This record gives sequence, C-alpha cells and structure tokens, in this order.
Amino acid sequence: MKKFMSVLLATAMVATCLAGCGQKSEGASQAAGTEAAGASTDGAVFKIGSIGPTTGDAAIYGQAVMNAAQIAVDEINAAGGINGYQVAFKYEDDQADAEKSVNAYNSLKDWGMQILMGSVTTTACIAVTDKTAEDGMFQLTPSASSTDVIINDNVFQACFTDPNQGTASAQYIADNGLATKVAVIYDSSSVYSSGIEATFVEEAQAKGLEVVAEESFTADSKTDFSTQLQKAQSAGAELVFLPIYYTEASIILTQANGMGYAPTFFGVDGIDGILGVENFDTSLAEGVVLLTPFAADAADEATQSFVAKYKEAYGETPNQFAADAYDAIYVIKAAAEKAGATPDMSVSDLGAALTAVMPEISVDGLTGVGMTWKATGEVSKAPKAVVIKDGAYVAM
Amino acid sequence: MNFLSYLINGISLGSVYAIIALGYTMVYGIAKMLNFAHGDVIMVGCYVTFLTMSRQGWHPLPAVLLSMVVCTALGITIEKIAYKPLRRAIPLAVLITAIGVSYFLQNAALLIFGADTKSFTSVVTLPALKLADGALTISGTTIVTVVACIVIMVALSLFIKKTKAGQAMLAVSEDKDAAQLMGVNVNATISLTFAIGSGLAAIAGVLFCSAYPTLTPYTGSMPGIKAFTAAVFGGIGSIPGALIGGILLGIIEILGRAYISSQLSDAIVFAVLIIVLLVKPTGILGKKMQEKV
Repeated sequence: MKKFMSVLLATAMVATCLAGCGQKSEGASQAAGTEAAGASTDGAVFKIGSIGPTTGDAAIYGQAVMNAAQIAVDEINAAGGINGYQVAFKYEDDQADAEKSVNAYNSLKDWGMQILMGSVTTTACIAVTDKTAEDGMFQLTPSASSTDVIINDNVFQACFTDPNQGTASAQYIADNGLATKVAVIYDSSSVYSSGIEATFVEEAQAKGLEVVAEESFTADSKTDFSTQLQKAQSAGAELVFLPIYYTEASIILTQANGMGYAPTFFGVDGIDGILGVENFDTSLAEGVVLLTPFAADAADEATQSFVAKYKEAYGETPNQFAADAYDAIYVIKAAAEKAGATPDMSVSDLGAALTAVMPEISVDGLTGVGMTWKATGEVSKAPKAVVIKDGAYVAM
Repeated sequence: MNFLSYLINGISLGSVYAIIALGYTMVYGIAKMLNFAHGDVIMVGCYVTFLTMSRQGWHPLPAVLLSMVVCTALGITIEKIAYKPLRRAIPLAVLITAIGVSYFLQNAALLIFGADTKSFTSVVTLPALKLADGALTISGTTIVTVVACIVIMVALSLFIKKTKAGQAMLAVSEDKDAAQLMGVNVNATISLTFAIGSGLAAIAGVLFCSAYPTLTPYTGSMPGIKAFTAAVFGGIGSIPGALIGGILLGIIEILGRAYISSQLSDAIVFAVLIIVLLVKPTGILGKKMQEKV
C-alpha cells in the first residue's frame, strides 16, 4: 500500500509538473513576444494595456489587435502623445481563455496599466470586465461583441454588439435580395454565436426571409458538419448564415465542397481571418460574404495609409480586428483629451473621467465616420459588406 | 435518400472510431490497462503527416508511412518508459500514468507546433462518387476510410489467428503467467501490441483529419474518448467488438444529430452506451470474465 501511494504521488507529481512546465514556458514565450514600447520620455506616461489571443484558435484576431494598436500608439507618440504625455503599450496573450485573460489582466496591473484596451474575444472579455469594474479601470474592447461585455458602466465597445450583427446581417440579405431561403449553422455553446443567431432569425422572419434550417453544434462536436449541411441542402437553403469563428467555418466550407453543395455563405466578423489559416485552400472561400465595418481596399486616405503601414510592418493585409483596435486607441486618445486626463490620476479617477465623457465624443475612424457611444457602452456606426474574391476581401 | 446519406456519413465516422478503438481494445485485452494516451498518439501522427505532406510537399503515401513509423516508435517508447516499470503495480497507478502521458503529449505538441489551427489537406485524392443523379454523394475520403477499416480488421484477425506472434498475443491475453511458462516472451508481445495499436492510430488520425480537416494539439482527445466508448460499447478486449461498437457509435451519433437534435448528439450517444451496459455489462461482444483471485 505504501509503495502504491508513493508511485501514485510520484506519477501525479510528474504529471502536474509536466503540465505546469508546458504552460509556464509557454507563458514566458508569450511575454517575450509582446512589446513594451513607447516609454521614451522620463516623465509620466499613459500606460495602456491590451489582452487577446496571440496563440490558439483565435490567434489571428489577437495578433491583428496587437499589431494595429502598436501602429496607433507609435503614431500618437510621434505626434506628441495624449495631452502632451507619451503612451506606453503592453500586450499579453490569453489564448481566448477566460482564466488566462484574468491572469494577463493581473500581470498588466503589476506593470502599472491605467487603461485597458481588451480583451479581444467575448468569453475572455466578460471575465475581465468584472475585474476592471472592481478597480474602476476604463475598459474599451476592440472586438468582444456580446452585450454581456458592456453590463458594467466602465466598459465600452469599439465593435458592433452581437444583436446588431445579427439584425444587420438579416437586413442586408433581405434588402439586397441575396436569398429567400436561408439556413443557419451556429455554435450553441458560445455566447457570441448564439447571441447573433437569435437576433438574426428574429429579424430574418420580420423581413420575410424563410429560415428553413436552424442547426447547431457544440464545442465538443465541432469537427463534423456533414449532417448540418445535409439538412440545409435538403431544405433548399440558398444561403447559409454562419455566425461562427473561422476555424469551424473552414471545415464547413471544405465539407460543403466535398458534398457538392454550393450556397452563398454569409458570415459576420468571426469569419474574418479565414484566409489566414495555415494550409487552408482559399479557393473554397471564394464568394463568401461577410459583414464588417472595415474593408482594406476602401479608397479613403486614412484606410490606405493604415493598410500601407500595416503591410510594411507585418507583411499582411490588416483585417477588421486590426482596424477596430487602431480605432480603439484613437478613441481612448479622444476621450482622454476631452476629459483633460493626465497620467498622475489614479486608475479609478481616470476611469470615472473617461467613462463620463464617452457619450459626448465623436470619432472619425477606419471603421466608421462620426462614431458615437451610448452611456451603456454600445457604439453606433454603419456596417459594410465585403466578399472574398481571388483570395482577398473586396467591398461589395 | 437523405437517410441513406446520413447512414453513409455515420458509417464513415464510425469506421474511424473503430480503427482507433482497436488500439484501446488490443492493449486492454493484453496488458489489461487503459491507454488514455492513445488519442494523443493519433494527434502526433497527424502532425507528422501534416509537416511532411503539406509543408514539405511529400506524396501522401510516404507521408502516411512515415507517420506510422513515428507513431509505432512513439507507442513502443511510451510503453517502455511509462508503463513497463509499472507492470506489477496496481491498475490505478498505470491509469494515472496514462493520463499523465496524455497531458505530456498534448503540452509537448503545444510547445512544438503552437496552438493555432492548421488546415489539413486530405490524403485522399479520389473523386467523390455521385449516385442517383447527384442526389447521393459519397466523398472519396469516406470510401477510403470504410475500405481501410475493413482491410485492417481482416488483416488483424488473420494475423492473430494464423501467425505465431498473434497466437502469443492471444495466449498473453488469457493468462500472462501461464504464457510465460510456455515460453512466450511476454514483454516482447506487449511491446508488439503497443506497436500495432499505435501504427493503426496513425492511420486513424490521418483518415480522421482528412474527413474533418483541422489540426490542433487537442485534435486527438475527443475522438479518443469516443473511440474508447466504442471499445466499451462493443466489448472491450474484443476485436470484432471494436468494429461493431465503432460503427454503431458513428451511426447513432449522426442519426441522432440529424433526426433528434444537433445539440444533443453526444448526450444521445452516451445514453445509448449506458443502456447497453445496463443490459449487457461487458458490452455487445464482451466475454464474461472471471476475476482471478
């Protein structure tokens, strides 16, 4: 018995040790990958932290946010900073996981973060909002789109809320006559996906679209979609609405192709990034339509300058998450200038000051002209639709 | 026609479960242990194929063969390092070790390959079969998966019945000590079992990823659990049981999703498992085994 206990304890120890080691070194490499830039003057600086996945399923979003925010911070610093103070920016990886996101938040607080631009994904962001509310810290998420994110007064969104995405998608499909019979495939275990699905179906019915199939999957069964596609096909759906992330969408496109089913696939911001999946055959995504506030080929000067800078620095075309993050940094700047904020204010004073002026500001950004905010935290701006053509996003 | 196509999808998914379940069932039959790291060996096999085929541009055949070699070596190594020293320990200790190995493989893959999803190119280039004027489409991957499953089952049954090594496996599974007294090299036989099981895991992994083309360090865990369920369903320790269990599980899962609820498909699968085990505690083809005292 004694021997058994020792063997058991030893194996348990080895197992936890191995698991722990894996995670720890991973954490270290993430920290090394992020940059603390900007703090060039010796005086006080605004410390803006950001959290999002740079590894894992949603890595493309987090990376885009990190890169674009860095561009915005560098521009602001070069132009003299916010209210004359330079901005320091630090980014932490959370792998789109709630627990890791809270850990990242704590380590950013140790660094001295005063304003949070994050988290990038909804589930992780909800976990962090409780912490920022306790600390009274101003939080602006570039892309977490659930309404649950903005329950607390101190949290604002730079992106559309989920209900808006669902409603806007249904309106777009109906107004442009893309289809009359639509099917939906959504992830019922995700707040993001089921939130959009609910409002989409409601608005679609109000607009006279026929929702012929409402199919779901869960986090545990997200590899086989043949059944859901089959049901959509036999119900005669001309358009399949996919309020899901690009990882699953890439499987759906592959399987639909395999079974010879070619409806119009219509997605929202979660589909953005599908062209970046390693080894994915982008010809399968040809003709996929997605609703997004940003199109990289837009002709205005701000977009073109941002896209050029981003391409030069990171070698790829920025997606909508990059644009939202870029705008988010400028929104923070606008709010801080309106409130006359200085870096020596306490975190909660700064939070209260910025929260108070948010409903009063209007920002012209990449993702919308004259963006305004409600006191609830919701943004108001107009969506655009883009279509994937020859492996790139093109405005419709 | 829809029903037929659901059924074919179910058989295809079930065939993959059946090949994975073989690994569980053979190891259980012979070493009397649950090798929970089996699902993660599948994942390693997929990464090897992905790296050689998609990154280096190899032909699918040598890529799959190499991944079988790597998985076989990995299976033998795991057995030698993690399980062999515990051969006389109580089963619980080995079970915990297996869970440890499983986490080790997942975390190692996370470190080496990163957590981002990779899109897996199907190794099957066969065109889809269109029947009844295109109303029924059977993908090339499905055909290859089902054929591979049948070939493996037949080959394995022949191997066990006709060869000396196969007979030795049968002997060890019945009574380890008696087999040793009869001159069977028990350690070599157990190693061989792990080698075959892990080599099959590589094939199963490649077929699974060809049908459901994404690859992450956690790719092996869910099919691993389902295949373990299939092995128990069919009667753990029985090779035909793994086939029947796997295919039934696949069909129930797909039909459940199609006709009952796409959210409840996993719940339905496990509910059926519970009912089967209540009626027949050793699984569909399980032998009633007397505990040795």
